[in-house]
Amino acid sequence: MADNVKPRVRVPRDATAGEEITIKTLISHPMESGQRKDGDGNVIPRSIINRFTCTFNGETVIDVTLEPAISTNPYFEFQAIVPETGTFEFTWYDDDGAVYTDSKEITVG
Amino acid sequence: MKLTRRHTLMMAFGSAVAAIMPFKAFAAVEDEIQAFTGGAEMGSEGITLIAPEIAENGNTVPIEVNAPGAEAIIVFAAGNPTPAVATFNFGPLAADQFASTRIRLAGTQDVVAIARMSDGSFVQARQEVKVTIGGCGG
Repeated sequence: MADNVKPRVRVPRDATAGEEITIKTLISHPMESGQRKDGDGNVIPRSIINRFTCTFNGETVIDVTLEPAISTNPYFEFQAIVPETGTFEFTWYDDDGAVYTDSKEITVG
Repeated sequence: MKLTRRHTLMMAFGSAVAAIMPFKAFAAVEDEIQAFTGGAEMGSEGITLIAPEIAENGNTVPIEVNAPGAEAIIVFAAGNPTPAVATFNFGPLAADQFASTRIRLAGTQDVVAIARMSDGSFVQARQEVKVTIGGCGG
């Protein structure tokens, strides 16, 4: 398991119903591509986050398949519609089977 | 160093391989595009790919894709050892079919974005990014 994996998510605290909001996410992860070699010429095995999803109250906002060409500390910015008060759930799936999650609540006022 | 016939031959062979390599990578990306589109015709309207013309560091190149009405957008880097970069699948709550991320580029090459629209058609955008790793901005 990769060390010090820490998800960070930025979501507005509140919105009006049906508003389009911008979400920014970043997770600290080395994203070892499997192409690099160590000092002895051995290939460093691939270890990346291969999938990222964002859902709001169970409905999908975005589902991203990541390949080794995504940079270290994968960053995503995208836009979502907020129909009602609820919770954004963010999930990252690691190659090694680990799953990292974060959630943010948003109030429609 | 004395330049023998053997050395000359080896050098000639090396440069021939170097010349063939880009075409191999190109063929790989064409195959992957084929797998995504199923060989369908691709338009060029309705998709925007924003990438820098010159990236000083190929390790983090910011890109943006935007294709209103798309179901999914796939991004390829034609000159990378593995051309696939990412696939964005948009759900019902995506406000715009827009995403921004940072990618790795092995060198100067074309970045290709292909969107699958909700009516089943495909559109693509292509942009060349010049990568100058460790350069002085030139």
